Amino acid sequence: MTTTEEAPAAPADEIGRDRRRKEDRRLITGRTHWTDNIVLPGTLHLAMVRSPFAHANITGIDTRAAAQAPNVVAVLTGTDLAATQGVLANAWPITPDQVTPEHKPVAVDRVAFAGEIVAVVVARSAAAAADAADLVDVDYDELPAALDLRTAAAATPENGGAIAHPDLGTNNSAQWIFDSAQAGTGGNVEDAIAAARADGIVIEREYRQQRLIPAFMEPRSVVVDPTGEQITVWSATQIPHIARFLLAATTGVPESKIRYIAPDVGGGFGGKLQTTPEEWAAFAVARRFGKPVKYTETRSESLQSAHHGRDQWQKLTLAATNDGTVTGLKVELLADLGAYVALVGGGVPVLGAFMFNAIYKFPAYRFDCRTVLTNKAWTDAYRGAGRPEATFAIERLMDELAAELGRDPLEVRRQNWITHDEFPFTTVAGLTYDSGDYESATAQAVDAFGYEDLRAEQARRREAGDPVQLGIGVSTFTEMCGLAPSRVLGSLDYGAGGWEHAEIRMLPTGKVEVVTGASAHGQGHETAFSQIVADRLGVPFEDVEVLHGDTQVAPRGLDTYGSRSLTVGGEALALAADKVVAKAKPWAAHLLEADPRDIEFSRGTFAVSGTGEGKTIQEIALAAFAAHDYPEGIEPGIDAEVTFDPVNFSFPHGTHLCAVEVDTETGAVRLRKYVCVDDVGTVINPLIVAGQVHGGLVQGIAQALWEEAVYDESGTLLTGTLADYLVPSAADLISFDTAHRSTPATSNSLGAKGVGEAGTIASTPAVVNAVVDAIRPYGVHDVEMPCTPARVWRAIQDGSAS
Amino acid sequence: MIPAPFEYARPTSVDEALGLLAGSDDAKVIAGGQSLLPVLRMRLNAPELVVDIGRIPALHGIRDVAGGGAVAGGGGAIEIGAMTPYHELLASDEIRTELGLLHDAVASVGDPQIRHRGTLGGSLAHADPAGDCGAVALALEAEMVIAGPAGERVVPAADFFQDLFTTAVGEDELLVAVRFPVHPGWGSRYEKFVRTAQQWPIVAVGACVHMADGKTISAARIGLTNMGPTPLRARAVEEALVGVEPTAQAVGAACAAVADGTSPPSDLNGDADYRRHLATVLARRAVLAAAGAA
Repeated sequence: MTTTEEAPAAPADEIGRDRRRKEDRRLITGRTHWTDNIVLPGTLHLAMVRSPFAHANITGIDTRAAAQAPNVVAVLTGTDLAATQGVLANAWPITPDQVTPEHKPVAVDRVAFAGEIVAVVVARSAAAAADAADLVDVDYDELPAALDLRTAAAATPENGGAIAHPDLGTNNSAQWIFDSAQAGTGGNVEDAIAAARADGIVIEREYRQQRLIPAFMEPRSVVVDPTGEQITVWSATQIPHIARFLLAATTGVPESKIRYIAPDVGGGFGGKLQTTPEEWAAFAVARRFGKPVKYTETRSESLQSAHHGRDQWQKLTLAATNDGTVTGLKVELLADLGAYVALVGGGVPVLGAFMFNAIYKFPAYRFDCRTVLTNKAWTDAYRGAGRPEATFAIERLMDELAAELGRDPLEVRRQNWITHDEFPFTTVAGLTYDSGDYESATAQAVDAFGYEDLRAEQARRREAGDPVQLGIGVSTFTEMCGLAPSRVLGSLDYGAGGWEHAEIRMLPTGKVEVVTGASAHGQGHETAFSQIVADRLGVPFEDVEVLHGDTQVAPRGLDTYGSRSLTVGGEALALAADKVVAKAKPWAAHLLEADPRDIEFSRGTFAVSGTGEGKTIQEIALAAFAAHDYPEGIEPGIDAEVTFDPVNFSFPHGTHLCAVEVDTETGAVRLRKYVCVDDVGTVINPLIVAGQVHGGLVQGIAQALWEEAVYDESGTLLTGTLADYLVPSAADLISFDTAHRSTPATSNSLGAKGVGEAGTIASTPAVVNAVVDAIRPYGVHDVEMPCTPARVWRAIQDGSAS
Repeated sequence: MIPAPFEYARPTSVDEALGLLAGSDDAKVIAGGQSLLPVLRMRLNAPELVVDIGRIPALHGIRDVAGGGAVAGGGGAIEIGAMTPYHELLASDEIRTELGLLHDAVASVGDPQIRHRGTLGGSLAHADPAGDCGAVALALEAEMVIAGPAGERVVPAADFFQDLFTTAVGEDELLVAVRFPVHPGWGSRYEKFVRTAQQWPIVAVGACVHMADGKTISAARIGLTNMGPTPLRARAVEEALVGVEPTAQAVGAACAAVADGTSPPSDLNGDADYRRHLATVLARRAVLAAAGAA
């Protein structure tokens, strides 16, 4: 990767420039306050007593020994906190009749997953709290646990199956269907399948999206200070604004009395897009004792109790003509919610509903999803949220179709994809893709990959019976980003909008304060947003200060997730900058004694057309501060606020090509080459984009090869430490060859599409397709994720035997 | 993660350490802490006393000793203080040239931070069957120097590993040094199979091979990692390899029974049958590489 020199450039050249991230100095050197670093006088520390059982009635809790332990202030159960702890809300009931178990932060009489909180120890030190937690004696009466997703979906009280919440009488939370025939966006998929069965090709597959755990670097942590007029909450969260609203709504404390702060946050990947039992419990305890309270989870608690991601069974039927043109796709999905319907838990698979048709012109499509309650940790957003699952399914299927046809997988894709001249294109799922160029991205990727050479090497190895076989995987993906048009969210019954807010304050010294509602947790917003504002206002990059993450500083916002920060939050800022310029123009005209219509703004200077006279925006800012001399009828100030609500999603796309070597003697998979060409629209900072793509690739590759949350038959998490839940390190990966092209988005003036999730969404099927491609001659059609050496070796044995 | 409370002592001599161990019914020795600290922090164990032997000068260092070990071609031995951290072994030219198998194995342990803190003696005394050094000690026929109230005794590696996490070191004893006989003219290879670089080995095979005539294998030593409750030595394979030419077919045939009599674990990385299969592949590869044929 190359970086340009940090020489001062003309301000207007900020867009598209490699800027080293201004926040990294403090983040990397630790000269900042993570939530756990916050030390307030008199702080009480919490330790959570958690259920070791997946499903059990609580028959008694003896807190006496713990309460008498040194430095313990109190031991509180769910009963003790019942009146004040509030509930954890589901913000996205996907159907009006969704079955939603009540979720108390601290369980009262029953636990529904191993790791659920049953009591909170309050002590004067974290060590004293941890020691006393061991002394809390809880009596449980174990209940049958609903664990396996498919078994849980079929369980009823009548057939004796385990029900995750017996009082609800069912594990099925909701069923959500999209049918192109009913929606008027396409034909009837059953007709297409019947026609293909008569004369054509039908590909039927079942894929499992294993359960993953977001492994953010900073564990979740919360500090609550009730000693003021407002209760201040610091939390390692992605969503300070949403959390504040829900905390107020569920506890009865006025929203105006809560200040929520997300300080520097060490990663989230969707895992901190949550309102957590720990935050709610800390809030209740702080209010109860009137003292600051702190809780920081251990890594084990994080793995066990923070929300997990993915976990779907996908049953797929693809119909095609004999020449390889897809005529229909039917998707039947089971999605594991875990024990509770998390903040947007049920909505995650629905986000995928619009993406199974991907970049293709399918004439008929049906998506039928059932969300299912089980006695495992709750699931919710994990980088990509619904879209990786959909992309995996269709990109695996397109490779299977190519294999069935005996054709190159790229050819089959070309035959079915939307061509560049067909944009804007309304898909069978009802979305309108505004821009894209799949042909160019693919051509560039094929060239960089050396596709033909690798195919030739593959043929040679096959011919020679080499114990190390080569496989090539293709993934041509798109995703819907820029969440989201508020009206669309409303039509999907989501509980909030998708707008974002921005404010620009021109300080009298010429410096610029920027306030955004999209608070970063590692993405580099401060740098990218500074570049946007510097570009639009013509001020130096260094003069822009980005403020975020504190509801008192940035009172309006909808936070960071779904690749929305740039396309929605960044656009709000760009529009606010335009508004500042518009407000400053009459000032400039007045001071220059010119007609406002003759004033032109360029690179930070308002000039009178055809003359050398001008005023800089900094001079206008000072003049507006003094306000001694300005036109009649306008306010003395040029600050601006904008709330931007997008009219459409954005649709990044890309072509990812992966080559792997499979050691057929051991099943080991070694990455050989990875090339991706992504179209994320206009790139503000190529360095940040590259970082997002590289990290995203690793996360997606990790799903393909390494990561899986595994429970045993009693519902205990077997992957409860990072020795068992395998997060890869740099030592396990190769250098990626990343590039980008740009067809600007039309839904925002920046032309940006979003990049946070692209690598993760695209890479998983690229890798699995490569693994399967390598060993297809052994009779293998699939390897369940993660493709562990043992699974790959077993697939070869079973395939060769059959 | 906060451990349960414990007393902590940091003796400066072996005698002082032994006195502390004798004076407690519930003491654990910390020798780098790469296994013990996670156990304490997760409260899987809560000893009354933790004895830190990291500041005992006599337990550090790499030194030559004459006459140790009765190995064919006998070239003396290298004694390594139990508290010598992995990174010092890696930085030692002597270890790299004289004890290549140990060097290979140590280079594969964890990551740089773990290799900075973790010690040879700590790993051997902990006796995790997935630890890399046990199979090496067996294959190289190392001798363990154990100090106790009655003085020092020397235990061959073959008698050292007794069961899962159990060695010949008694409650009131300390492993103070390990003596590795050098094997002049032998080749070696540690073949380790992992899913991610920082993982414990799923299976590993350490092989040392001597070819007196340069054409056929005249002697071999094979150590197995994570193929049972203790590190193992594959003596039957060692015998089968004698007289074998270092070809994939011949060595593969000699190694086919390497998993006989083993009882490897089944876990998320693979079941016992898979591990048995892996052992045969890794043994063949390790022997061929040690013979200079791969």
